[in-house]
Amino acid sequence: MGLEHVFGDSFVTTKIDAAINWCRKNSLWPMPMGISCCAIEMMAFAGPRFDVARFGSEVFRFSPRQSDLMIVAGTTTYKMSKVVRKIYDQMPDPKWVIAMGACTSSGGMYRTYSVVQGIDQFLPVDVYVAGCPPRPDNLINALMKLQEKIQRGESKGSFPAYVGDAKLNQPQPLPIITG
Amino acid sequence: METRTDELPRKSKILQALEDQNTSVSFDDPLENEMILNMGPQHPATHGVLRLLIRLDGETVVGCVPEVGYLHRGYEKLAENCSYHEFIPHTDRLDYLSPLSNNTAYALAVEKLLGIEAPPRATYIRMMITELARISSHLMFLGSLAMDVGALTVWMWSFREREKEYDLFESIAGARFTTSYTRIGGIAQDVSPETIASVKKFVDELPGHIRECEKLLNTNRIFLERTDGIGVITPQQAIDLGLTGPGLRACGIEHDLRKANPYLAYSAMDFDVPVYEGGDALARYYVRMDEMRESVKIVHQILQKMPTGEVHAFKPKKVLPRKERIYTRMEELIHDFMLVNFGVEPPVGEIYSAVEAPKGELGFYIYSHGEGYPWRLKIRSPSFANLQSLPVMMNKCMISDVVAIIASLDPVMGEADK
Amino acid sequence: MNAVVLEKLKSRFANAVLDTNEFRGELTVVVPKERIVDVCRFLKEDPQLQFDLLADVCGIDMYTPTKRFGVIYNLYSLKNKNRIRLKVFTEEEDPKVPTMTGVYGTANWHERETFDMFGIIFEGHPDLRRVYMPEDFEHYPLRKDFPLMGIPGSLSLPKK
Ligand code: SF4
Repeated sequence: MGLEHVFGDSFVTTKIDAAINWCRKNSLWPMPMGISCCAIEMMAFAGPRFDVARFGSEVFRFSPRQSDLMIVAGTTTYKMSKVVRKIYDQMPDPKWVIAMGACTSSGGMYRTYSVVQGIDQFLPVDVYVAGCPPRPDNLINALMKLQEKIQRGESKGSFPAYVGDAKLNQPQPLPIITG
Repeated sequence: METRTDELPRKSKILQALEDQNTSVSFDDPLENEMILNMGPQHPATHGVLRLLIRLDGETVVGCVPEVGYLHRGYEKLAENCSYHEFIPHTDRLDYLSPLSNNTAYALAVEKLLGIEAPPRATYIRMMITELARISSHLMFLGSLAMDVGALTVWMWSFREREKEYDLFESIAGARFTTSYTRIGGIAQDVSPETIASVKKFVDELPGHIRECEKLLNTNRIFLERTDGIGVITPQQAIDLGLTGPGLRACGIEHDLRKANPYLAYSAMDFDVPVYEGGDALARYYVRMDEMRESVKIVHQILQKMPTGEVHAFKPKKVLPRKERIYTRMEELIHDFMLVNFGVEPPVGEIYSAVEAPKGELGFYIYSHGEGYPWRLKIRSPSFANLQSLPVMMNKCMISDVVAIIASLDPVMGEADK
Repeated sequence: MNAVVLEKLKSRFANAVLDTNEFRGELTVVVPKERIVDVCRFLKEDPQLQFDLLADVCGIDMYTPTKRFGVIYNLYSLKNKNRIRLKVFTEEEDPKVPTMTGVYGTANWHERETFDMFGIIFEGHPDLRRVYMPEDFEHYPLRKDFPLMGIPGSLSLPKK
């Protein structure tokens, strides 16, 4: 926030942080990094039945400059990895990453020469979602987990840690969603 | 869309290739000369990770080089390292808009190699699921074409129908779209009467919903102006470039493998092959809309004629035995052990088997050395061949038509890049 | 139909048919690589056969000391609705095959793919570069001596 420098770590700034984090978590604008099959489920997640508008994240932005959450959905190859990283670097701080599906989390069923075995080799990932593909409900669950993280003021990728409360800013166990 | 003229790798081979395409121009000042536009691999209209390098003269496209390979997952290498059964789940992810039709295509190819046949009920169920998969793929085409030319409502409506279909797939195969439903010599499990009833309900209602979407599009001036006469390809060019599927039929050539070389039980079905003249984006749209109606017609006939009986061929050394038999009989236990550990052992030989997938001719070429693993498995994917005709279609079109042309070709990068 | 095709081929190219094979009703003809373009042009232009659609081109690595690499052409006739498969073989040291792009336009990308995966060079190809793998990749993944998991360090990742 930056207000800490003016007021010190006082009551006012921590409460403002909480309010701002609340705003942030309810208006995430995803950047759909749809690479392969999982992208279809990501579209279903935005579609009429699962309707992610209920969580304030329906504004899919295809421009990295306007988004703060990157959902990497699909198998990332070595050739694609540079593109993914470049787009991630173009996103403004604070930013978060969801690794959707087995492929992005660990390479999945493709133990081959061309597939990166997990995007965390070149990106900081906040939430991993298991499944091949994860159901849209599962992706919504991941979004809710991410909202909890945002309320706590955590982000793996943004540097420096963008919120004040040092106590809450300790590393938390990674949420791994199964089933 | 971002112009990245500054970032093009200094006179890379790509640029070299562009330069060689009958235009001579220097790349010094993009404002004074023709401009190179880099579209993709991350772009909302490229349906995944297609990358296009487009040479522009003002707003007119004068050259286009598609770049693929951003989703190359090494399927063919994987296939050489897993047994014939283990490869079935990989076929789901080839054309991930119609996994069931890939499953069927692969099963048919392996069965041809082994020289066995699935029982009639399995054949009919396979036919039903391929037609449902065709509908689901064309619905996706409808939604994305409409969205790319600016009509979001149609996308919502076609997704509503697709969700209904996902429910059907879930009750047929147990998963929304990574179904892995076919087995060599049959299918994973029989469909229940309740599922049949819901399939019937779905195909009864679908034509009405298609008509709803057509009401929004067919007389819509914006839609017509953005597709009519856009992306034209002549029949000769189409054949020369290996275009198959709806793209070829939109050029006035009646070629459909279901009629030409009937597989499954298509020879017993009564349906037409929709053919339009023109070869433009609008014709490709009409062909697909009519194909959905034909698929509905086929599914109705299948439901009427569906035979009863086994869904699994009884060929102990080739087809995985059923679970209840494995647990009760010694023979079957041994067969199961052998099949799982060493794979089906086909004769030495090579086959090519193709089906009419929603995007075109999907074929599998298998070369077998008589082992449990294929020596070579080549996937002839329709999207890869179809994408080659993109530069021809884009010649002299406007920059805003590029998205409509890509959408009308309906490529899926999962199978184009393999 | 296969018998007719074979008959015509044999009478037109007496010494170019090295081997034929029929398996599950599919005809495979092995021809010398110098004649493959002529054979294809004949098959395409003959008014009776009309193999006008080149469905597929693919490579194969036989992993034998001689004639290691093969290229397989899969032709289809829209008029007669039948297929024929042509095969050529080439040596490991000098894997070169003449290009088919002059006869069928679609051979362009298929040959690039074969080059990318096997390193077979198509002489006279207008734009022979890798289609799937990055341009600076040095190996040929579908050769049998290339491991499934690749060669460590041959592909780079962006910095974290
Ligand atoms: S996790 Fe499964 S569904 Fe998702 S991209 Fe990978 S293979 Fe496709």
